[in-house]
Amino acid sequence: MIILSLRPLQTKGTIMRRTLLATTLLMAGPALAETPVLTVYAGDYFTSEWGPGPRIEEGFEAICDCDLQFSTGDLLPRLMLEGARTKADVVIGLTSDVTARARATGLFAPHGQDNGALTLPIDWTDDTFLPFNYGHTAFIYNETLMDTPPASFDALLAMPDDIKIVIQDPRTSISGLALLLWVDAVYGEDAGAVWEQLAPKILTVTKDWSSSYGMFTDGEVDMVLSYTTSPAYHMFAEDDFTKKAAIFPEGHYFMTETVAKLSRTEVPELADAFLAYVLSEDFQRMIPTANWSLPSALPEQDWPEGWSDLPLPEAVLFYDEDEAEARKAEAIETWRRALSQ
Amino acid sequence: MAPRAQPVVGRSGALAGAAVVGLVVLSFVGLGMRAEVGRGLGPAEWAAIRFTVVQAALSAVLSVVFAIPLARALARRRFAGRGILITLLGAPFILPVIVAVLGLLTVFGRNGWLNTVLEAAGLPGVSIYGIHGVVLAHVFFNLPLATRLLLQGWQSIPAERFRLAAQLDLPPATLRRTLEYPLLVQIVPGAAALIFVICLTSFAVALTLGGGPRATTIELAIYQAFRFDFDLARASLLSLVQLALAGSAALIALWIIPNFPLTAGLDRVQQRWDVRGGVQRAGDVAMIALGSGFLLLPLLAITLAGLRGLPQMPPGVWLTAGNSLWVAVLSIAVLLLIALPMAAWIATRRAGGAEAIGLIGLSASPLMIGTGWFILINPIADPVALALPVTALINALMGLPFALRILVPQMRETLQSYHRLATTLGLRGWSAWRWLVLPRLRPQIGFAAGLTGALSVGDLGVIALFADPERATLPLQMYRLMGAYRLEAAAGAALLLVAMALALFWTCDRLGRRDAEA
Repeated sequence: MIILSLRPLQTKGTIMRRTLLATTLLMAGPALAETPVLTVYAGDYFTSEWGPGPRIEEGFEAICDCDLQFSTGDLLPRLMLEGARTKADVVIGLTSDVTARARATGLFAPHGQDNGALTLPIDWTDDTFLPFNYGHTAFIYNETLMDTPPASFDALLAMPDDIKIVIQDPRTSISGLALLLWVDAVYGEDAGAVWEQLAPKILTVTKDWSSSYGMFTDGEVDMVLSYTTSPAYHMFAEDDFTKKAAIFPEGHYFMTETVAKLSRTEVPELADAFLAYVLSEDFQRMIPTANWSLPSALPEQDWPEGWSDLPLPEAVLFYDEDEAEARKAEAIETWRRALSQ
Repeated sequence: MAPRAQPVVGRSGALAGAAVVGLVVLSFVGLGMRAEVGRGLGPAEWAAIRFTVVQAALSAVLSVVFAIPLARALARRRFAGRGILITLLGAPFILPVIVAVLGLLTVFGRNGWLNTVLEAAGLPGVSIYGIHGVVLAHVFFNLPLATRLLLQGWQSIPAERFRLAAQLDLPPATLRRTLEYPLLVQIVPGAAALIFVICLTSFAVALTLGGGPRATTIELAIYQAFRFDFDLARASLLSLVQLALAGSAALIALWIIPNFPLTAGLDRVQQRWDVRGGVQRAGDVAMIALGSGFLLLPLLAITLAGLRGLPQMPPGVWLTAGNSLWVAVLSIAVLLLIALPMAAWIATRRAGGAEAIGLIGLSASPLMIGTGWFILINPIADPVALALPVTALINALMGLPFALRILVPQMRETLQSYHRLATTLGLRGWSAWRWLVLPRLRPQIGFAAGLTGALSVGDLGVIALFADPERATLPLQMYRLMGAYRLEAAAGAALLLVAMALALFWTCDRLGRRDAEA
């Protein structure tokens, strides 16, 4: 019975909405009919109730006199499959690891914003992909269960083998790949030996970040590969101050998510307005608690309360997209060989 | 020996089979349109292929080996709550991967229940990570399927034979040889092949419980080629390798299965005079207890975590649950439209090789089929608008091999036993379906529909590639919650998902068995 009643209800809803829309359009004339639509492609997590999507939509629609519509999915594969037929005007959420490939599609236009407004710990000169947040890879531990967390990457390598960590697979996960580039940036040629030292401590490797983090919160592992901002979620959303990021003086690998404009957009002014909105204080102030990451264009003193107390690394490591692209294949092969023994 | 005049002809079934092949072939055409020459298969890919075959073979053999005594025990014992237990034992098969993994780790993990008990008893702990962990997880997933297929077989043995055996006072060994072995030869190869194919496409479970890149499967390599390298040529090639492996397994199995005539009984309730001994009873009780413990403890862990998360679930979850339900109902409808004529077609043929067609959807990787169709649809229509129907169609394809395995044996028996009567009465075409096939296959249809619906509810499917916020399904919403640190809410969503899938399964199964014996 429930099964049967569900679909008709939904259909009725759609029809009613459509009829309502049609009637409204008829009554209101051309003014409403022309409300422009800005289609924004976003990553999957973006539009859930707790993702940043709903608040971005609300914030931007308040100033743009337009209809912002999110369309979620697997960003880059989808864009590459759609090619020139893509309906996207703006894409939000491409990470710095995939911008090279995204750029190569030739689908993107310069963002036209001033990179000088950015407050990132690294120098950003890209004129196409505009960062809207950032964070760093880090190992997270529970301080009530681990008395002496590693104080450096070297210390992590030297820890006894019964300390267990879980990481993500670099072949299927962005954060997993970032860890490989992190090891490469810190240890260079010795990466192979480092992985052999780490191997007995790596309890397992998961497909994505969620499974790893689930294993950590379930108490299956001592440490999890995640982000320097992960403790913030526990602090501000759960009042839990036991989860900490181990900060290493060797530096942490920088990660950012970007927003970019499609060159074929039919609403370029709206797209530009959206890019400008991304750098606005309204958007930037919302990022920490909606996205659990650091804002890309907001001085530290303006961060939400408590956020500047979050332990962050002094040194930041980062490969630009060409270098990352060049090192990726070999880093993955080194990792795979060391962990397959 | 094969009956000449058949009440149901195979034309529509052959057509359905051709449609299935067409759907998959077309998706590869789509992939071919966009594939550029990429890098071929390297040593990493070959290692993945080897590992995949080994773990899948082990998992298939062990699942069936354990399923035989469990199914036999369930078949010959009647106890309160048996029906519910059998339904619950089916649950692992439909669990979303990530939920099952966390559930298994709660029980068998480093700090899991098993190790806590071992430690308390002063015994050394066990590690689940390694190929044994992969196999354990796969047995956890597939033991229920094998058990159900075998149980169905056992219950299809006409009650008259057990009565005759009892009257003749046959010793257990003879009874096994004359009644049970022929049954096992009929069912085991097909069930094993099916489980082999399912494990062939395993990915996240194998990686996580296998302990790292040693446990790389073909499906992971496909995912990597597609998502990270966007090398559609390599992804398609790997997908074809997977298809070839699955196809060979299916053909071998279907070739082994002997095609001897089956005869229906008078549909009396089975009475087992032969198993009233105390030793046999104790053995059966132990087997049911062990099997239930292994399958239900992780389920209990998932339920406990889910109950904690339920209050934190955002309201949007319910909307996605509605979407999932509608996708499931649609996939059941599509499945029955394809599977019933196909089963009739296969059953009227002397050899069962055509059933292998049913496997190609499952083994060609849903990701690749979905991508192929995305490429094909994109120039004509908006694939996002069609996300839910396409997901339903692909879910139906995934359910097809299970449905055929469930339907074909009974269909063959029905057609062989009743074709003379049907011919005499002039029952043909639709009236044969209406008065003969559908009533006699009702339990199997219910089981197949329930299984497909439940699988569809639990499967993330191709929707992850492209979905509007409003068109998300429940599994997708669960992953989104996990991605936003809402692990407890996600556990709540997972519990809802399991409950929904089980309810759907139970309803269909029940409708199929209504007015049959409990």
